[in-house]
Amino acid sequence: MQHTNTQDTLVGLFVASGIVGLFFLALQVSNLSSFVEEDSYTITARFENSGGLKPKSPVSAAGVKIGKVRSISFDSKTYESVVQMSINSQYNTIPDDTTASVFTAGLLGEQYVNLEPGGSDVFLQNDGKIEITQSAIILEKAIGQFLFKSAEDSAEEKK
Amino acid sequence: MIQFLQYLGKSTRTSFTKLGRGTYFLLQTISGILSVLARPRLLLNQMYSVGVLSFLIITISGLFVGMVLGLQGYYTLSDFGAEETLGVMVAASLVRELGPVVSALLFAGRAGSALTAEIGLMKATEQLSGMEMMAVDPVKRIITPRFLAGLISMPILAALFSAVGIIGGQIIGSGLLGVDEGAYWSQMQANIDFQDDIINGVIKSIVFGFIASWIALFEGYDAIPTSEGVSRATTRTVVNSAFSILGLDFILTALMFGDD
Repeated sequence: MQHTNTQDTLVGLFVASGIVGLFFLALQVSNLSSFVEEDSYTITARFENSGGLKPKSPVSAAGVKIGKVRSISFDSKTYESVVQMSINSQYNTIPDDTTASVFTAGLLGEQYVNLEPGGSDVFLQNDGKIEITQSAIILEKAIGQFLFKSAEDSAEEKK
Repeated sequence: MIQFLQYLGKSTRTSFTKLGRGTYFLLQTISGILSVLARPRLLLNQMYSVGVLSFLIITISGLFVGMVLGLQGYYTLSDFGAEETLGVMVAASLVRELGPVVSALLFAGRAGSALTAEIGLMKATEQLSGMEMMAVDPVKRIITPRFLAGLISMPILAALFSAVGIIGGQIIGSGLLGVDEGAYWSQMQANIDFQDDIINGVIKSIVFGFIASWIALFEGYDAIPTSEGVSRATTRTVVNSAFSILGLDFILTALMFGDD
């Protein structure tokens, strides 16, 4: 029976190492550890243009991630983009005159929502709305404006 | 001309007949699962020879594949000044593709060929017919435990392969080439999704384990019972498994990662 005993131990070790491997992948490699739904509340902001924002994009204030984008939809009456964000409920002191803007992390990085807190004493509650928003900067538009302007400038110089 | 047509028709017919026999064999194998679960000792013995004995080749290959990914990824990414995303590149390619596929190919070469040769020889030495004479169903007694062992071992091996590979990439990336260790892990965690990437990788490896064990066992069971027949069957196992694994991988990838 000695032989089967060692065999059992080895098979046990093999299965255990597989489970350890999967746990390693789940906790260390993937976002499962931050995937656990923490207590959060939802706020909504309407943007003229939300650019390349996607669900799960980060929402940050002062450079710190405080929540994520839950959903983005198009309002067919006002032609605006409606962005729902879940904010971690430990950050429950966001003033109601906060400015939300869509920024890009780096030149080609992913887009995120930046919250710039205002000075109001009234804080946003669940299902609160952010009134002041700033749209994403569309690179093509910005380049187009720049080219147009520099063409105008050189035309004026020639006069 | 007529001869060519005859040949074409005959070979088409034989391949369809073989596919039919294979499907019948698979159904027979699956129907034996309950009786194997009643005798777990059989399954345990096979898990040892199919899984534990493949452990070493899988972990060592995983380590080297991860290290190569770390090196190659670093040279490509540093051109764009994006060395910090090395972790994402290594982890995504391992978890989505290389982990399941390479470990399935190694599994087919290491365990699949052994299964075919073993069963082919059992058939050649008439052990299988001997069992039938004793009213023991050879499919239930011999085939099903091996099939289940392959099915269970394959995801374990693929997970180990990916995990060891990611550690290998980290050893090369941050140990040798100076990528920041914190960035390696945090970028990885930010970009690898548990459901989309890891669970899909596990599903892939289960499918590959299924197909590789099925082909290996069927080729052994269907082998011509001579030494030449067994050697041909072993070759066919490796070739057919590699084809089906890579082909299925394309289909599964298109299904899983198509819409984002």
